[in-house]
Amino acid sequence: MKITQFKNLSSSLMPLHRDDVDTDQIIPARFLTATDKKGFGEHLFMDLRFEEDGVTPKPDFVLNQKQYKNAKILLAHENFGCGSSREHAPWALLGYGFNAVIAISFADIFRNNSAKNGLLVVELPRDVIDMMHADVLKDPKEKATINLEQQTSIWKGKAYNFPINPFVKKCMLEGLDDIGYTMSFADQISVYEKRRDSVNAT
Amino acid sequence: MNSKPKQHNRAKKPASARPISNGAGQTLYEKIWDAHVVREAAGEPTILYIDLHLIHEVTTPQAFTGLRNRKLPVRRTDLTIATMDHSVPSANRKKLPWPDVMAQKQVEMLDANCKKHGITLYDLGSKHQGIVHIIGPELGLTQPGKTIVCGDSHTSTHGAFGALAFGIGTSEVEHVFATQCLLQNKTKTMAITVNGTLPKGVFSKDIILRIINEIGIGGGTGYTFEYRGSAIRALSMEARMTICNMSIEAGARAGMVAPDQTTVDYLEKRVKFASAEERERVKASWLKWKSDEGAMFDKEVIIDADTIEPMVTWGTNPGMSVGITQKIPKAESEDVKKALEYMGLQGGQKMAGQPIQFVFIGSCTNSRIEDLRIASKIMNGKKIAKGVTAYVVPGSQEVKSEAESEGLDKVFLSAGCEWREPGCSMCIGMNGDLVPSGKYCASTSNRNFIGRQGRGARTLLMSPAMAAVAAIEGTVGDARKFV
Repeated sequence: MKITQFKNLSSSLMPLHRDDVDTDQIIPARFLTATDKKGFGEHLFMDLRFEEDGVTPKPDFVLNQKQYKNAKILLAHENFGCGSSREHAPWALLGYGFNAVIAISFADIFRNNSAKNGLLVVELPRDVIDMMHADVLKDPKEKATINLEQQTSIWKGKAYNFPINPFVKKCMLEGLDDIGYTMSFADQISVYEKRRDSVNAT
Repeated sequence: MNSKPKQHNRAKKPASARPISNGAGQTLYEKIWDAHVVREAAGEPTILYIDLHLIHEVTTPQAFTGLRNRKLPVRRTDLTIATMDHSVPSANRKKLPWPDVMAQKQVEMLDANCKKHGITLYDLGSKHQGIVHIIGPELGLTQPGKTIVCGDSHTSTHGAFGALAFGIGTSEVEHVFATQCLLQNKTKTMAITVNGTLPKGVFSKDIILRIINEIGIGGGTGYTFEYRGSAIRALSMEARMTICNMSIEAGARAGMVAPDQTTVDYLEKRVKFASAEERERVKASWLKWKSDEGAMFDKEVIIDADTIEPMVTWGTNPGMSVGITQKIPKAESEDVKKALEYMGLQGGQKMAGQPIQFVFIGSCTNSRIEDLRIASKIMNGKKIAKGVTAYVVPGSQEVKSEAESEGLDKVFLSAGCEWREPGCSMCIGMNGDLVPSGKYCASTSNRNFIGRQGRGARTLLMSPAMAAVAAIEGTVGDARKFV
């Protein structure tokens, strides 16, 4: 089975200059009763985006500001995606139209969940992120170009390298599926299991 | 010595952090890891075997659908246990339809999926139903040396038994269904040593809030914690679970405590052994799960338990906390300003005396029998303050019936609290148990995120003792004066 491949991406940025954006903010818990992966995009950042009536946009929130419309890259800040393990967070970001998030750091489970859905997380140094935030405020049309193969994010003509686990990179580039990969070692799992089950009676 | 928790928590490196580098031996984490390696190869993630997969209604529907699309079975139904906790009503739940029809549909889907695949499900009619992290230990399923996962970040709770336990996403739930394995890369390790003796009226919740305050909510990212030291050793299993539970709130993959006699005593009553001989063999095998003398950790944080005060959060993440006699920070940074604005608090104020309107005693952090005993002792013979709504939500049916057999329900009810049915309830508010906008809730749960307990709700995290004090006073108080 194939997952979504990550294609190189050139897009303007949606600047969300907040630290510790937790997954409750990305997608509030009341939307987690859905049983498929679709439809979360419309509830992305729901309570930051809309007034209590759930329909009136808050003008001060970036997703409602027309200069950032159609951005496919979210420019976040520090410790993005902390808190709950809900995979609904990357589903909501992808559903809304984001294909990558650039930030200083990401929470562990959010990073895993994102990779498995083809949402690329790009970690860049604080000074670069702060500069990008300042630049975007001045020129919202400025585009970042992300090349996963090269592990670079190009901003204003300068390429910044970002780290990524080589296996995750390969999976995202080729659209490889983790489960298929692990299943290809089914024999080894059976060998382990046999030994394990003979020892663990309880 | 005075407790001086950090005023704010963005510190990346703990002040007391230092690598311990005498290098001999292995950590507990490394031992459990090694024992579960199915396949290891350079440049590829390790295939790690999973001993126990706990599941619930919210993070599994899409995983079951994925499995169906692949035409795959659940590989080890005998290592998979299901319950219903996140979105189940805490009252009138036998009356259908539920107010939230989607929640009901999701729970029904779990039931159908478990039936189809032959997975044991502790549903609402079961005497074992409860919050997934409460029932695993109760049923004796959580054991030293095991790898345990669940589509819930508070899976770290089970680390209290010396298990490697961590939360996973729905894709990984599907992965475990299909293969009973996960692809993992090793984390770094952090020793969190808590020495000394906890003062009276100070509890394990205060320890973990202090730890998170100290290292920051992202300070544990990429690490597995091992809690150790004399103050940890002195804790009951319930108290250790509270600490491990909130490891994720510091960003850690997992948190663990090496098993000792306290662990064995707790488990011995709960695990079914084939024979007396088997029991002795297994008990001895549990105690081998510990870090070697001189094992190398990537970092160590040392905390003196004697300096810990009852802690309360004032902000919008679990690191934004303060000792009860301390002042909260002034609105100097943008983060603090935003947090104070949401919380409706003044920079520089103390949390003592802050009025509250709601109290929630519950959640996978603090809804075990010991938590309820502490809270009921404080409420015994008293009434909750006028205008306060207090929910007491036991973590499981077992906790509920134990509490009722001790008469704790009567104490809570005659104090004016609501005594509810087990589940996650007001911690996450998925079941309609919500705090209204702008109201303050003294809560024993784990997250004070914006909107966590309801849109606009203002959560103050604290220990069960502190929550009980808040309930009867109507304001935040100091538990040390009540025990």
